[in-house]
Amino acid sequence: MDHLAVLVVIVPLMSAPVCVLLDRSRPAWLTSLVAAWFSFGAAVMLLLRVSAEGPLRYSLGGWEAPWGIEFRIDVLGGYVLLIVTAVAALVMVFARHSVEQEIPHDRIARFYAALLLVFAGLAGITVTGDAFNLFVFLEISSLASYAAISMGRDRRALSASFQYLVMGTIGATFILIGIGMLYMMTGTLNMIDLAARLPEVSDSRTVRAGFAFLTVGIGLKLALFPLHLWLPNAYAYAPSTVTAFLAATATKVAVYALLRFVLEIFGVEFSLHAMPLDRILVFLGLLGILSGSLVAVFQRDLKRMLAYSSVAQIGYMVLGIGLASVTGVTAAILHVFNHALMKGALFLALGAVAYRVGAVTLREFAGMGQRLPWTTAAIVLGGLSLIGVPPTAGFVSKWYLVLGTLEQGLWLVAMLVLFGSLLALIYVWKLVEAAYFKPPPANAAAVAEAPLSMLVPVWTLVAANIYFGLYTDVSVGLASRVAHDLVGGGG
Amino acid sequence: MVLLAFLVLIALAAIRMRDLFIVVMLFSVYSLMTAALFMDLDAVDVAFTEAAVGAGVTGVLMLSTLRLTGRWERRPSHGPLLPLIVVGITGAALIYGTLDAPLLGDPAAPVQQHVAPRYIEQGPVEVGMPNMVTAVLASYRGFDTFGETFVIFTAGIAVLLLLGIQEGPETRPGRTAIGDQLVLRVVVKMVIPLILLYALYVQFHGDFGAGGGFQAGVILATAFVLYDLVFGEGDARLVVPPSWLHRLGALGVLLYGAVGLYALFAGKPFLDYSALAHDPVHGQHLGVLLVELGVGITVFSIVLAIFYALSGRRKAS
Repeated sequence: MDHLAVLVVIVPLMSAPVCVLLDRSRPAWLTSLVAAWFSFGAAVMLLLRVSAEGPLRYSLGGWEAPWGIEFRIDVLGGYVLLIVTAVAALVMVFARHSVEQEIPHDRIARFYAALLLVFAGLAGITVTGDAFNLFVFLEISSLASYAAISMGRDRRALSASFQYLVMGTIGATFILIGIGMLYMMTGTLNMIDLAARLPEVSDSRTVRAGFAFLTVGIGLKLALFPLHLWLPNAYAYAPSTVTAFLAATATKVAVYALLRFVLEIFGVEFSLHAMPLDRILVFLGLLGILSGSLVAVFQRDLKRMLAYSSVAQIGYMVLGIGLASVTGVTAAILHVFNHALMKGALFLALGAVAYRVGAVTLREFAGMGQRLPWTTAAIVLGGLSLIGVPPTAGFVSKWYLVLGTLEQGLWLVAMLVLFGSLLALIYVWKLVEAAYFKPPPANAAAVAEAPLSMLVPVWTLVAANIYFGLYTDVSVGLASRVAHDLVGGGG
Repeated sequence: MVLLAFLVLIALAAIRMRDLFIVVMLFSVYSLMTAALFMDLDAVDVAFTEAAVGAGVTGVLMLSTLRLTGRWERRPSHGPLLPLIVVGITGAALIYGTLDAPLLGDPAAPVQQHVAPRYIEQGPVEVGMPNMVTAVLASYRGFDTFGETFVIFTAGIAVLLLLGIQEGPETRPGRTAIGDQLVLRVVVKMVIPLILLYALYVQFHGDFGAGGGFQAGVILATAFVLYDLVFGEGDARLVVPPSWLHRLGALGVLLYGAVGLYALFAGKPFLDYSALAHDPVHGQHLGVLLVELGVGITVFSIVLAIFYALSGRRKAS
């Protein structure tokens, strides 16, 4: 049972070289599928266990922390791990047909290897209890994601990937510098140990500078406004499976890293009170929401539209953290989960459209309601969740967010959050209008509905969107528990 | 101080230059200087890596890239102001951050007080090897090294995904990129066996002296790159066919992982080498030997694969 903590990462990680050795597309897909579902199962069991018995610690190599590296899974880590593994498991089901169409045949096995490496890296970030080890996993997932993005069919995928590589590497270097400065002041890399030893030395320039480097570095990875410039292109040109997987997981894991470092390692007292990060986060979050939504309204390419909407959604999460209250952080953590559900569903559905029709711009989307009824219906439901219409999951997280702002009497912020939803309504409506109220283009060929292996993952996510909108016990329960642990009862 | 001043000068020169060939050369010099600096700070292993990777193999890889892209840098389309501001702020933050940091080598610094004493005092006993750096890298923090090996592997996968290793007229046996150079041939013939031997020494002697799988893999790959450059790509490919390389790279990381899994199945934590033999210290020795071998194999094959991928491509017209 204890070993699951390490196997949840090691199995997908080691499946990557196995895929390379197999070097055939079908066996590589099967390996990836099995690895992802194994991890998902392990993550469910781990979360059940840690929420019942408290954090699980696992010393790698048998060396106890802080001398060795430990994995430490608590409710927050287990929660994000569950999101990552669940999305990976569904994306792998979806991937088979999509990848066969989008990736050159002789490179499919390596592509799956890259996908598994992204997955294992992200999963590793959520379970590790060691700051430097987190950086190592970040490197694995980032490098692999640059490679995976560059495999998009459009030539512009290459420059998008390169842009992401440059920005991402700067981010990773900043994180490394930050961790180095913390090590300089505390002599430890273990997260718990760091959290215990930092308060003594926190009134030093080194720690303050380390804090700045870490938050900017994570901000780059998070695509926090104005560090989001890499995201729209990367998401728009990447292969469908990669976009769906990254959109639903990568930024979530960055939010996790932000929570872990800012709220747990540095502590609320230092980060949000001694340093003015709370106000910065609220401000940047709002800017992200407004600019992201506004730009999304004017996009013709649907993947790009949703990518800008992601920038806005990240704004909601960051805003929640910036509120520095239990409700605010609950909203942020909840939105991590809900946003993974909606963006996963939306990007996968767009992938299914791309599989049948080719490109996905608003023009080609005309009359899609008749051509691909099930897929389009899924997109509409996902869009409703994005706006935050009850009874979808999106509503629940927006609700907590607005509640959090009103708690502190921030009326203006609450209004702006609602205004952001209004903008979301506009761009989702444009989609609906094209799909249902415009006739299909005259030259459109008749197409069959997307294959079942694509519809099932899409509709699983859509169903989850509605389920977690109606039954909030699990998602809200876990999120508020984590928020209480992080921010403390007083908040 | 002199070395640091040199570093600044080289960096400035590299920024000013538009001839990328010279920039690559300057980068190599820069790395060599850094290696000297690390040496001065008694960080022998780091210096070794920097010299082998930074000054050695990256130079060759960047030059092979230049062959594909062209030698001259185009004028950037945007002004230098924004990057300059970003770099300025970063630099200022770094200086600000280190002003009241503990002095380098201060025995009272937190770095020397917390985890380090155990590495220094217990390392030779628990892990049983005189080279502390290897003990920390391969055993205490062996999981990080496992991850880093995967980073190398991922880099290889990325290059192979993007470029693939192509075959062409230039990669047939008997063709060389630089023509028939008699003096080079004789010198290289004499040097290569020494390089190979040295790589093996570094690989297996890492427990005692500086070095380990990472450096050994790079050095070994350098020998093949050298052979390739002087005697022709085709001949090198006959010795190590490209189709082996990515498999070999995968096998290397799998070897590392298998050691970890073996411990796991023996009921110990992942990567606990003491599960490998009855005597824990013995197990540590065996474990470190095996994982270093895995690292060496992966690094060697990935570096060579990247080189093949770059050199095998025909120049874009």
